[in-house]
Amino acid sequence: MAEKEVVIKTNKLTKKFGDFVAVSEITFEVFKGEIFGFLGANGAGKTTAMKMLIGISKPSSGTANIAGFDVYKNTESIKKSIGYMSQKFSLYEDLTIKENIILFGGIYGLNDYDIETKCNGLLEKLNLQNDADKLVNSLPLGWKQKLAFSTAIFHMPKIVFLDEPTGGVDPITRRQFWDMIYEAAHNGITVFVTTHYMEEAEYCDRVSIMVDGRIEALDSPENLKKQFNAATMDDVFLMLARKAKRGD
Amino acid sequence: MKQFFSFIKKEFHHILRDKRSMLVLLGLPVVQLIIFGFAITTETRNCNIAILDNSKDEATQNLITRIESSSYFDIDKTLSSDNQIEKAFKTGRIKLAIIFQPNFQNELMHNNKAQLQIVTDASDPNQANTLTYYVSAIVMEYQKELNQNKNLPYTINSEIRMLYNPQLKGEYSSVPGVMGMILLLISAMMTSISIVREKEMGTMEVLLVSPLKPWIIIVSKVIPYFIISLINVITILLISGWVFGIPIVGSIFLLSLVTIFYIICALALGILISTVTSSQQAAMIISLIGLMLPVVMLSGYAFPIANMPVILQVISNLIPAKWYIIMVKNIMIKGLGFLDIWKEILIIFGMTTFFLLVSLKRFKIRL
Repeated sequence: MAEKEVVIKTNKLTKKFGDFVAVSEITFEVFKGEIFGFLGANGAGKTTAMKMLIGISKPSSGTANIAGFDVYKNTESIKKSIGYMSQKFSLYEDLTIKENIILFGGIYGLNDYDIETKCNGLLEKLNLQNDADKLVNSLPLGWKQKLAFSTAIFHMPKIVFLDEPTGGVDPITRRQFWDMIYEAAHNGITVFVTTHYMEEAEYCDRVSIMVDGRIEALDSPENLKKQFNAATMDDVFLMLARKAKRGD
Repeated sequence: MKQFFSFIKKEFHHILRDKRSMLVLLGLPVVQLIIFGFAITTETRNCNIAILDNSKDEATQNLITRIESSSYFDIDKTLSSDNQIEKAFKTGRIKLAIIFQPNFQNELMHNNKAQLQIVTDASDPNQANTLTYYVSAIVMEYQKELNQNKNLPYTINSEIRMLYNPQLKGEYSSVPGVMGMILLLISAMMTSISIVREKEMGTMEVLLVSPLKPWIIIVSKVIPYFIISLINVITILLISGWVFGIPIVGSIFLLSLVTIFYIICALALGILISTVTSSQQAAMIISLIGLMLPVVMLSGYAFPIANMPVILQVISNLIPAKWYIIMVKNIMIKGLGFLDIWKEILIIFGMTTFFLLVSLKRFKIRL
C-alpha cells in the first residue's frame, strides 16, 4: 500500500488518578479509513484511553494528535472532526427518529438544507421512511443502534469512536451493524471501536489489546494469531488477559 | 446560534411530550394556591361553642347575642349543668365553652363585678388563644358600652388599625408564600432532574463529546423552565387578584424584576443539585426534602421566624425563599419601592453567584 495518512497518533499517552495509573504510556498510530479494534478486559483502561482521545479527559502526560489536532490545545477542533457513539444507547427516546437526526445535525452545525437532504437519504437507506415520525423508544434495540451509528457519522467526521456499540444485540443484527461500519470505512471514515466480542475483533483491520493500562499487542488479527500461535482471536486475548494483575 | 436553537427545541420536545409532568408543572401552583388560600387558613370562623348560662338574665342574653352574631362563633349547644361541659368537649364538636356565674346581672350592677369563665380546648394552642382573644374582645366591647355614660377615673382607649391588610385575610401571606415555594420547587427540581436525566441516560456523554459548549447545554436546559416559571407567576398573580381579591399595591415592574432574579437563583440551585447527584431519584429527593421542607418550615411563610429558636432563625437566613417572600410582601401588599428592598435583592444575587460558582467548579472537575 502507498504511504498511509495517519489520523490518530499517540506517544506515551498516560493518565493517572492519584497513584493509580489507569493508562500507562500507550503509543500507537491509526490510519485513515482503517477499522481499528481497541480490546481489553474490563478495567484494563480502554474507556479512560478513549476519553483522552475524544477530548473529555485531560492526559497526565504524553502526547496525542487526533485528526491533526493536539488533545491538549485543540479539543474544540477535535470535537468537530469526530463522531462518538457511547456504550449506553445514546439517542433521545422521547424524540422521533427524524427529530434525533435533525438535533444532532444542528449540534454539529450543519445547515437546514444539508440536514433535510441528508436526513431523507439516511431514512431511505435504513428503510425507515415510513417510521420517521415514530418515537425512538418504539424501535427494537438493533435498529436503535444502527440509527445511533448513523447519527454519529451524520456530519461526516474524520474518525468515529464506537464504545462497545453492539452490546446486547443478536448476531444477525451485529453482522448488519458491521456492514455499516465497513461502508463508513470505505467512505474514508476511520473507525475506532472497542468491543468484548472476539469475533468482531476478527473483522478489524488491526487490533490492539490492552492489559493493565498498557498495550500488550498490536497488529492485524492474522499476524496476532501467528505471533501467539493461536487458532482464534479468543485464544490470543485469553493468553494476554490472563497476565493481568488488576482485577475488575 | 443554530446549535443553541436546535438544543432548546429538543428541550421543549421533552417537556411537551411528557403530559403528566406538564400537568404537574402548570397545575401544581393553582392547586397549591387554592389549598393554601382557602383550606389552610389561620383565621378561625364559625367555630362551634357551648354556653352554660347559670343566670339567664338581660346581661347574659345581651352577651350571648353578641357572641352569636359575630362571624367567629356558632352556638352549638346550650348546657344546663357543670358536668356536661367536659362531655361536650369530648365529643370534639366544640372548641370553647362560656360559663356565666349565677346572678350575673345583679352582681354586675350592684357589686360592679361579675364573672364569666372561658374554657377552651387547648390541644390546638394557637386556636385556643385566638378564640379566647375573640371572646374577651366581645366582652370588653360590651363593658365599654355599659360605661359609656359614666365618668370613670382612668380610661385607656386602645384604637386598633390593621395596616396593609385591614380585613386580616390569610391569603395576604399565603400568596407570597406559595410563590416562593412553587418557583423554587419547579425551577430547582425540574432543572436538576432534566440535567441528571441526561447523565443517567448516557446522552450527556455524547453531548460533551460534541462541539456544544457546556454553558450552551446548561443555558438551554434552563430556559424552558424559566418560561414555565414565568407562566406560573402570572397564573398565581391572576388567581390572587381575581379569586382572593388581593391587589398589587406596589410596582408590577419591580415585582416582575425581583421574581425573575429569584427564578434565576432557583435555577442556579437546580444546576448545583445536578452537579452533586447522578440519578434522577436522588435529585428529586434532594429537591423535595432539601428544599420543600425548609421552605415551608423556615421561610416564615407557615410559621413566624421571630418565634423560632435562635439557631433556626440563623438557618432561616440561608433560605432564598425567605428573602423573596419578604420582597413580595413588601412590594405587593405594602407597596414599597426599590430603595426598601435593595438589601434583599443583593442577598438573592449573592446566593445566585455562590450557587453558580460552586456548580462551575464541580462541573470542571467532572470533565
